[in-house]
Amino acid sequence: MASQDPALLRRLLRAKDRMDAASEEDWPVERLANVSGVSDAHFARSFKEAFGVPPHRYLLTRRIERAKALLRDSDTPIIEIAFQTGWNSLGTFGRVFRDVTGESPSELRAREQASAYQLDQIPHCFVSAAYRPDLKIAVSEKRRREAGDRTDTE
Amino acid sequence: MSEGIGVVGLYVHDQDEALDFYVGKLGFQIHTDARNGNYRWLTVKHPNQPSFELGLFLPQEPVLDAATAHTMREMVAKGAMPPLVLVVDDCRAAYDKLRAKGVEFIQEPIARFGGVDANFRDPSGNAWKMIEARS
Repeated sequence: MASQDPALLRRLLRAKDRMDAASEEDWPVERLANVSGVSDAHFARSFKEAFGVPPHRYLLTRRIERAKALLRDSDTPIIEIAFQTGWNSLGTFGRVFRDVTGESPSELRAREQASAYQLDQIPHCFVSAAYRPDLKIAVSEKRRREAGDRTDTE
Repeated sequence: MSEGIGVVGLYVHDQDEALDFYVGKLGFQIHTDARNGNYRWLTVKHPNQPSFELGLFLPQEPVLDAATAHTMREMVAKGAMPPLVLVVDDCRAAYDKLRAKGVEFIQEPIARFGGVDANFRDPSGNAWKMIEARS
């Protein structure tokens, strides 16, 4: 792993923080690069090197994380949650949500709201971060579940 | 009470900058500022917690080897260090005051779970959650 300049990393972190603070907004690369004070091409490459995922996949994980929290902790209609977390259509939201988490927004809501949580002793952002979808794991999870399903039917 | 935690340290990018932030902006006080060559043992304390020192340390040689020191600087700048929590009486008032002093907030105060919390970073990248205790 090549080493990166800490001063650059600190500025890349600022772009990541801005996405965290307003993940429902549009974050074209130019806007993020501007926050970090680097060129567009340099930004995308450096961000991925620093944080392991391209900036837009990171943004996606934050949107899904926030949608999951809203599904779990509120009774807000799913279409409202889709708009609040940055999607322009319910269809796209539902499709991407299922791709990432392996279940639909309504399935996740039903399951999460049925379980009891005792997380109120942990500051919210840490709980939230712990529930952030890991896209790499989501894919393997999906495979594991599919493998499990096959075993069940044998 | 004589037993307890005495010092917990943070890694910072620059100790002068950190001192200006923790003392000049957050209102902490210097506890110890001792130099030995290019090594500087720098700790600050919260005015209400005189026996608890927060160390502001530079990842540097020869305490760490050069590559490890650089890695630690990278980790701090990427915001990868562990959570820090500052408890305040009035989160919104503290937010207004600190923001006016140039503190970099990454989350505005939000009321939830019976409390109010906001997030800021120190100049190095260490993230603090500022929490108004539940009443």
